[in-house]
Amino acid sequence: MTRIPTPVMQATAVPAEAPFDISPGAPTMAAGSLLYLDNVSVSFDGFRAINKLSMIIKPGEMRAIIGPNGAGKTTMMDIITGKTRPDEGDVIYQGKVDLTKHDEAAIANMGIGRKFQKPTVFESHSVYDNLLLALKQDRRVFPMLFRLPSKDEQTRIDELLALTRLGDLRETVAGSLSHGQKQWLEIGMLLAQDPQLLLIDEPAAGMTDAETEETAKLLKDIAQTHSVVVVEHDMDFIRSLGVRVTVLHEGSVLAEGSLDQVSANQRVVEVYLGR
Amino acid sequence: MTTSLSTSRGFLFGAMTGRATVITLGLILGAAVLVPVLNALPDGSPFKVPTYTVSLFGKYLCYALLALAVDLVWGYCGILSLGHGAFFALGGYAMGMYLMRQIGDRGVYGHPVLPDFMVFLNWKELPWYWYGFDNFAFAMLMVALVPGILAFAFGWFAFRSRVTGVYLSIITQAMTYALLLAFFRNDMGFGGNNGLTDFRDLLGFDLRSDGVRRGLFIASALALALGYIACRFVTTSRLGKVLIAVRDAESRSRFMGYRVEHYKVFVFTLSAVLAGIAGALYVPQVGIINPGEFAPINSIEIVIWVALGGRGYLFGAIFGALAVNIAKSYFTVAFPEIWLFFLGALFVLTTLFLPKGCAGLLSILKFPGLGTGMGFARKKEAGND
Repeated sequence: MTRIPTPVMQATAVPAEAPFDISPGAPTMAAGSLLYLDNVSVSFDGFRAINKLSMIIKPGEMRAIIGPNGAGKTTMMDIITGKTRPDEGDVIYQGKVDLTKHDEAAIANMGIGRKFQKPTVFESHSVYDNLLLALKQDRRVFPMLFRLPSKDEQTRIDELLALTRLGDLRETVAGSLSHGQKQWLEIGMLLAQDPQLLLIDEPAAGMTDAETEETAKLLKDIAQTHSVVVVEHDMDFIRSLGVRVTVLHEGSVLAEGSLDQVSANQRVVEVYLGR
Repeated sequence: MTTSLSTSRGFLFGAMTGRATVITLGLILGAAVLVPVLNALPDGSPFKVPTYTVSLFGKYLCYALLALAVDLVWGYCGILSLGHGAFFALGGYAMGMYLMRQIGDRGVYGHPVLPDFMVFLNWKELPWYWYGFDNFAFAMLMVALVPGILAFAFGWFAFRSRVTGVYLSIITQAMTYALLLAFFRNDMGFGGNNGLTDFRDLLGFDLRSDGVRRGLFIASALALALGYIACRFVTTSRLGKVLIAVRDAESRSRFMGYRVEHYKVFVFTLSAVLAGIAGALYVPQVGIINPGEFAPINSIEIVIWVALGGRGYLFGAIFGALAVNIAKSYFTVAFPEIWLFFLGALFVLTTLFLPKGCAGLLSILKFPGLGTGMGFARKKEAGND
């Protein structure tokens, strides 16, 4: 639990797959940021799920996102990970890559990992195979057909199993894990991808108090070496993370600051308690 | 334990481990030796297997290979193709074209080049797409290429547009139905309604001779065994794990960085090639190929074989194809009017009480050596909330 066995990547380094969509050197606000959303809007059948949303995540930062239901938290993640294309606005990764021009697989390979609200693991695979598939590797069809497990991969998987405390469940079929174990396995899978930015949707949902506490610890450890964006409802959980908070409301940023600052904000109180 | 270890044992060897695999391959190869030997016994011997039966079971082996192909896409990647009969028929037509050219000038009209139906329809010369089919090697290449290219093109457009589930099933039905209508037309140059028939020789040997019948049976058994090994290799590889991942949680695989459409196109194309080979071996044993093979109902029947045998288990698909067809041969003679009711009831009962088919029943009964990771979990999709 003390060390995340992930090679620390330079937050400014661009992975080989990440192409330059913006000419290097062009002065933009995005320079120096890991993730930069500017004036992003998207509508579904006339409903504005995201409305002129702007946000900057710095390299190495951990950020919590809160907001009432329908505030656009999940849609925002969909836009960053390429599932949804915004109607307008820029989404710039590492100051160089326009994410709106890429699909889910390409964005994942650039180093953005996503954990879903409902734990989503490969239920008929063993815990081991779940992690094996998640490991950063050449994911093209024919290399995958002929690749055998290597010593390095075994070591890495063992580290991840220890980290997520699933060591004893190595050969267990993921479908038979408990809810909390699945959440942890999914976080392990996310780390196996060796991403630079982790997007984590409600990691504490459905967990016991003890599990929630452990999860907060785990995320804080992960944040030592990764940039993390966490969406959560649980205020105690956010408080235990002790990070900068962004409040979303009706698809745009309502307030930003420490948890104490935003909780003192009159408009945030109105939104959460109802007018 | 078995999953991670079996892949580390090596390539082809790893694909042939596991009790189910050894038993399946043993039975297929045993039949490949035993049936022809029993057929070669002198007449009057109590153990003699008649040539008619040899061809009948040769036909079943082709169906088993076809079922294997469907199981590969459906059982392992969740692509419910209701159009695999089309790939089977295309492979069959490629073989049929070769067999037609083998007739030479011995047709009813005695034309040195044109098959009988073309003479009858007043064709003056051989259409360009019949060129080369007098060459066996070329025809065999087409057996694999034609279904493969169609599947690749179809899959490319369908999977890239993320057509999945029931919509994909419906367009595969539409595909086979469109081909049915096309092949019915005399202008297509494939014999229209009557198809291709009256075959005489294969590689210069008389198709009606016992020796060739035995040879075709052995070839079918070997093709099934090789097809089984190929499917085993694919499904036990790391790629096979990705296929199962796509089946169980498609968008999770995508957010993990896998190009789901590439994997689907790969497995769909491979499966179509296997189906084409099955069709090519089927045609000389039944002596005819006509547009009826494209009928949508045929493709649905294949799915029933696989569901009954146990999708997601390769030996289950083989078992299902053999069991249903043997039952069909019996019932359609003994009780012709109830066969379809029987088949329908079988499918409904399997779906209700044996969702994993007969193979799943074995694994419930803790039959050892079936391996893990092939069973089914509840289908869950990522990203909904």
